Amino acid sequence: MTDDSTQGIHATIGIDRGEFTLDMSLTVAPGEVVAVLGPNGAGKSTLLRGLVGLTPIDRGSIRLDDVVVDDPDADVLIEPAKRRIGVVFQEYRLFPHLTVEDNVAFGLRSAGFGKQAAQVASQEWIDRLELAALRARKPGELSGGQAQRVALARALATKPRALLLDEPLSALDIATRQDVRTHLSGHLRQFAGPTVLVTHDPLDALVLADRVVVLEGGRVTQEGTTHEVAQRPSTPYVASVMGLNLLRGKALAGIVQLDDGGELQAPDASTVGPVLVAIRPAAISLHAHRPEGSARNVWQGVVDNIQPVGDRVRVSVSASPSVVVDVTRSAVVELGLVRDTSVWLSTKATELEVYAG
Amino acid sequence: MSRRRRPATSPPWPVTLPAVLALAFLTLPVIGLLVRTPWGHLLDILTSKTSLDALRLSLETSIAATIIAFLVGVPLAWLLARSEFVGRRLARALVTVPLVLPPVVGGIALLLAFGRRGLVGQYLDSCCGITLPFTTPGVVVAETFVAMPFLIITVEGALRGLDSKLEDAAATLGAGRWTIFRRVTLPLIGPSLIAGAVLTFARALGEFGATITFAGNLPGVTQTLPLAVYVGLEGDLDQAVALSLILLLVSIAVLVGLRDRWLRTGSAS
Repeated sequence: MTDDSTQGIHATIGIDRGEFTLDMSLTVAPGEVVAVLGPNGAGKSTLLRGLVGLTPIDRGSIRLDDVVVDDPDADVLIEPAKRRIGVVFQEYRLFPHLTVEDNVAFGLRSAGFGKQAAQVASQEWIDRLELAALRARKPGELSGGQAQRVALARALATKPRALLLDEPLSALDIATRQDVRTHLSGHLRQFAGPTVLVTHDPLDALVLADRVVVLEGGRVTQEGTTHEVAQRPSTPYVASVMGLNLLRGKALAGIVQLDDGGELQAPDASTVGPVLVAIRPAAISLHAHRPEGSARNVWQGVVDNIQPVGDRVRVSVSASPSVVVDVTRSAVVELGLVRDTSVWLSTKATELEVYAG
Repeated sequence: MSRRRRPATSPPWPVTLPAVLALAFLTLPVIGLLVRTPWGHLLDILTSKTSLDALRLSLETSIAATIIAFLVGVPLAWLLARSEFVGRRLARALVTVPLVLPPVVGGIALLLAFGRRGLVGQYLDSCCGITLPFTTPGVVVAETFVAMPFLIITVEGALRGLDSKLEDAAATLGAGRWTIFRRVTLPLIGPSLIAGAVLTFARALGEFGATITFAGNLPGVTQTLPLAVYVGLEGDLDQAVALSLILLLVSIAVLVGLRDRWLRTGSAS
């Protein structure tokens, strides 16, 4: 731990782009993978360009290990080519005129290695990412997953001090995404430096990252371990990408008075004051009549919208509180759910995640 | 046999008639050239000293003009496309002037600049003993003047159209600006470089007005193919037609070559 304070990425970044401003801090320890999760237009690409050096920052400073690479106050600006940050770009940006082998060796050639020496040195990465059979191919002849491995090998072959990945899976079709994600996870774990993963897909963040920084409108709105962020979202955006109902209210003596009407029984009385309540859509049940049983929270509402999601059906219910509920297809038939059907909702107090917010 | 029914798709005659006329107007001269070509003793004419001299001179000067245009034109295209400097718009406009300037006017302008008494020419003459008018290097100068804009405009367009994402990627891999230009930018605009060079070569090969004004019409020294054709018209029509045929073949080769290039590689994807 003694070295960790100076090693890794230490960045305070302010960038103005017309109406939009990005202002955030980011610290990533060596060996740590931090996901920057945010919707389109949140400033993720701007952050990435700032870190890499393609866009100079307007305020703050960026330190990489013990080297300041950008600091407008001190008039320091190190160009991208000298920062030694490996980048896996969205859509990968492989050089279309070079073979897989030459793409991987590109960084080493740029560093002054001869053709022969660069190929020998890049051999390790060709092997590690299982590209040996593809070495003579051009990027146009690769599948999405293969191209991603080439991009990763190309970035890692330069022995970068830090690794940045920009939406590394968004260019892939859903079928291969899961597989590639698992492989990528393994490679990221082997990288000893700090890794920043920029994504709008919560699954990328959950599977690949140790920590999540949520970026919305150029500001950090939540920061924590992947577990914390997934369980206890603090903004509607995080809740929606994590697939959770998020309600805001005030807790007193085990009862949460919700700001938008209604009240819920909390699992315990320990939390007091302004709180957030997260409920999984599958933890809420729908009934045609008022349910008898152990559920502590029961309320009534009207079906607003019905939408199939995978093998389940997502039902939006207008009520106090309004929530989305996941039910089985057969439940939709049994309950005769259509728009405007009156339903009862129930959920156990123990299914509620209640936390200060 | 049953009659096949067709929807009435034939265009109206007010369109068809002028269209056929236009096509005939464009092709008849070429047919006329082919018909009038002295096929019987074509080889004799083309291997005559006048023809061979003109052919050799044309090839040499056109290739030299293309190389010079390449060496200075590509950097200029890069500057026009990629860097901000005062007067960039003016520079771009000036580049296109030789395209629209009547070549004869270009020739006179060249004389006034590079002639023995010219703006620059007087110093070339006095300090280094270099004289351009009425010499073979003068032909190259005239051809470069009229042809280089084709290269600059083609390459500048390609550079503007090139997404800088790949160049950014190269920078993150440690490549300096020169390495990026050499190993990423140039290969990506390769098809346009070739197209620009071929257009430049073709324009240089056909150059007449500026050449005859600035470099004169000396057989073996400044008499290129188009000039030989012009002279042939006055005396030996067969020779004029035979040499024209060569220029026609080169033009067709350029057209076919360019079309093939663009179809095969297109823009970088």
